[in-house]
Amino acid sequence: MGLTQIIFWILAALAVGSALMVITRKNPVHSVLYLVVTFFAISGHYILLNAQFLAVVNIIVYAGAIMVLFLFVVMLMNLNVAVEPQKNKLLQFAGVISGGSLFLVLLAALVKAKDFTNPIEMQTGDYGLVKNLGLVLFNDYVIPFEISSVLFLSAMIGAVVISKKDH
Amino acid sequence: MEIKYYIGLAVALFCIGIIGVLTRRNAIIIFMCIEVMLNAVNLLLVAFSKMHAVEAIGKSNPSVVSDAQVFVFFIMVVAAAEVAVGLAIIVMMYRNVHSVDVNFLNRLKN
Repeated sequence: MGLTQIIFWILAALAVGSALMVITRKNPVHSVLYLVVTFFAISGHYILLNAQFLAVVNIIVYAGAIMVLFLFVVMLMNLNVAVEPQKNKLLQFAGVISGGSLFLVLLAALVKAKDFTNPIEMQTGDYGLVKNLGLVLFNDYVIPFEISSVLFLSAMIGAVVISKKDH
Repeated sequence: MEIKYYIGLAVALFCIGIIGVLTRRNAIIIFMCIEVMLNAVNLLLVAFSKMHAVEAIGKSNPSVVSDAQVFVFFIMVVAAAEVAVGLAIIVMMYRNVHSVDVNFLNRLKN
């Protein structure tokens, strides 16, 4: 068991454990902080897969921008006192059972499948570096890139219009 | 590493997200669980792209890996826009009903 495997299992345990903490903590601020830990673990996986551009974008966009936005909204609403009303126990139990059943079904399909032992190129391959992805992004995908800027503009205007106080 | 470990990890994260959506009532937590599911799918896409990198080496078109990672980048872009609009909707809902409990949002029911 090499170093790569050890790092993989540590990061996987970190991601799954903190994702479990996200859905079990009562305090929303703690949930947000555990979600940041999950995103950092997933960024570690990207680095392990040598997708460095995606790792950096994941940290900047998710752990940086989106999570700060979540934290602002949680603190704006003063939800950091644990006042959240709980679903009744039966509904919670049903939710856990259905989600767990889906997990078991997918895992059983994965175990039964024969062709899923393909190796992954772990720390080699320079496709995920910033230079190569930038070349692909601005040569082949320049139209979708520009369209996504229009999407951002409309999302910004939409957010302002929705959250504006109407008189 | 083999691809099945990454599939298992992504399935675990996705199911945790589903369980969170089904069991919590706080709209912000539900939104965060959706983000967890999105990230699980992103991780799976990157893992599959690296799996195909093993086969694509030596062929004429090795750019499938870069294509997959650009695809993941666009998923992140759309997710960021979605979060901005969704949080604005949640703020609006909090201003109207003074709660983020999704059970109060049942006006379409009758």
